[in-house]
Amino acid sequence: MSNSLHIVVCAGIVPDPLQTLEPLATPTGPGLKNEMVLPAVLDPWAASALYEAAALAAKNPGSKLWLVALGPKAKLQQVMMTVAQKVAFELVPVDGPIGGFPDAHATAAALSSAIESIAGLDHTKLLLFGGWESASRGAGVTLQLIGERLGIVDQFFGVDEISLREDGSFEVLERVEGGKHQVSKCAGTPAVLGWATGNLAEPRNNPQVGMANMRTIMPALQKAQTAKLDANSLSYVSVNLPRQQRETRVEKNMTPDEIAAELVDWLGKDF
Amino acid sequence: MESIFVLTHADESGVALTRASLEAVTAGMELAARLSATLKIGIVAADPQPLSKGLPGAVLAVAGPAFAQPRFASDAAACEALCRAAEASIVLAPGSSRFARVMAAVAHRVGGVIDTHITALGGEAAVEATRWFYRQRIEAVVTRTARPWFLLLDAGTHMACAGEGANATVEIVPVNLPSLRTEVTGIRAPRQDEQTIRPDAKLLFVAGAGWTKKQPDGQMHTDEAGKLIHGFLRLSGASLGSSKSLVDQGGEGHSVLPFLTHLNQIGQTGSTPRHPKGLSTCCHGEEPHVVGWRFIGERRAISLDPNCGWTRGKADVVYIADAFQVMAKVNERLAKS
Repeated sequence: MSNSLHIVVCAGIVPDPLQTLEPLATPTGPGLKNEMVLPAVLDPWAASALYEAAALAAKNPGSKLWLVALGPKAKLQQVMMTVAQKVAFELVPVDGPIGGFPDAHATAAALSSAIESIAGLDHTKLLLFGGWESASRGAGVTLQLIGERLGIVDQFFGVDEISLREDGSFEVLERVEGGKHQVSKCAGTPAVLGWATGNLAEPRNNPQVGMANMRTIMPALQKAQTAKLDANSLSYVSVNLPRQQRETRVEKNMTPDEIAAELVDWLGKDF
Repeated sequence: MESIFVLTHADESGVALTRASLEAVTAGMELAARLSATLKIGIVAADPQPLSKGLPGAVLAVAGPAFAQPRFASDAAACEALCRAAEASIVLAPGSSRFARVMAAVAHRVGGVIDTHITALGGEAAVEATRWFYRQRIEAVVTRTARPWFLLLDAGTHMACAGEGANATVEIVPVNLPSLRTEVTGIRAPRQDEQTIRPDAKLLFVAGAGWTKKQPDGQMHTDEAGKLIHGFLRLSGASLGSSKSLVDQGGEGHSVLPFLTHLNQIGQTGSTPRHPKGLSTCCHGEEPHVVGWRFIGERRAISLDPNCGWTRGKADVVYIADAFQVMAKVNERLAKS
């Protein structure tokens, strides 16, 4: 196969899913308590996009892979210590605020500027990857807005698979309602693919890849441009943890048959 | 004064609006009444006229075979043309896969802003929208002064508009289509008897990683687990959700339930479905009980761990029991009834 691709993966960093989150008001808007010290990970669906991108680049010699990430430099460096060991990429960091509360339009503007500044990026070969939604804001709009700003009119979201053909065209499987996939055929790059889970397992850590990546990541972090994100008239009326607490009945002494009878009765008229 | 525009689209058959579209129409009617605002409806479909039955307000539509396919280039152009024609300050749309694919781009094209996954619309002096952050762990109410403001509504948050009455008069809006480089070639779905994701099911059955762990006899019983779960789904018509850890086992080479895919996953990296009832089995952790169950009505759980902190306060009833034994008995009873 002779399709060399230029793949740009947009990925944010989010608190480790096992952390307890508590909102709090800050001078710049809502945030999370102890946000800067919470352990962070690469956004899970964006991480799927990164692994799929690396696999695609490996299958297509001459391809290049960039990871564009927005966040505080210190947090980006912390997360990159792990991510860099997974697959080879060139980091394009943008120093900016962390979290899900900043406006998506401003985030998209900062990221699209960073992408346009990548030296040697050929837009005709561009596949713009990312997660279809983040685990922070979870709006599913940032990647689409970046694609729109870059003038890309073939966009796919909830992607689980891409199959590239010899002629440069590709087939995409997107998640649609009811546990189904929509199958589309696209004439070729450029295109935007917002990934869901994909089909690849998380690559094992490879210290050699990590060392090679870190040689370019550290200088890139030092030179990272700072982005100030505009609110775009977004304001928060309230930000709260859900308060609903249920009175849980714990049944320790019922037999399987008694439980089954109660469950079938509970399912009752609905079935 | 605000003006409301509700965008809708046809379902797979092309002869009806989707349920989520009709829910958005209801939201538009309620909001327009509250704000004393004008209301218009937009339709994206190959043949929109028959879909206008019972719709309130003026109806704008695009028409033509290009709009039979859910595709970014044609749908974005269609919605852009409709929004420019409607000149509304608030645009409501269903958060379907079709509109989620394009609506942020449309908002950008018309100089607007967008918020998605809206679960409620409120406010007195201003429009306020409720949505969740951090995968359903933090709830916020947001507002904006910028217009047009696009709001994508989550399915199941409003009643569907009945759509009764005569067809409305539909104004067809012309669309300048760009070169179409993408063609939708079909839908890939599991065979009917293998489909385990049923959005309209009354019950969400959640299978956790415990089903494939060693049982009291020291052996794993994955085949038996698969038969019990599949049997229950067949007898009850429930939809199947799974924890991340159970789905991930497939990629790690462990014994897995054959019908389970990442599409079944609920929680941080999966879906947050809406069903009236939920039954979790062999789950331990935050994913199924907090994140994945956020929009489940009545919740029950079967767990061997009497001290599982995640079920306490999250489920209505927790049965401390072996799910293998309980589900076998449940299947027996369902088969007889």
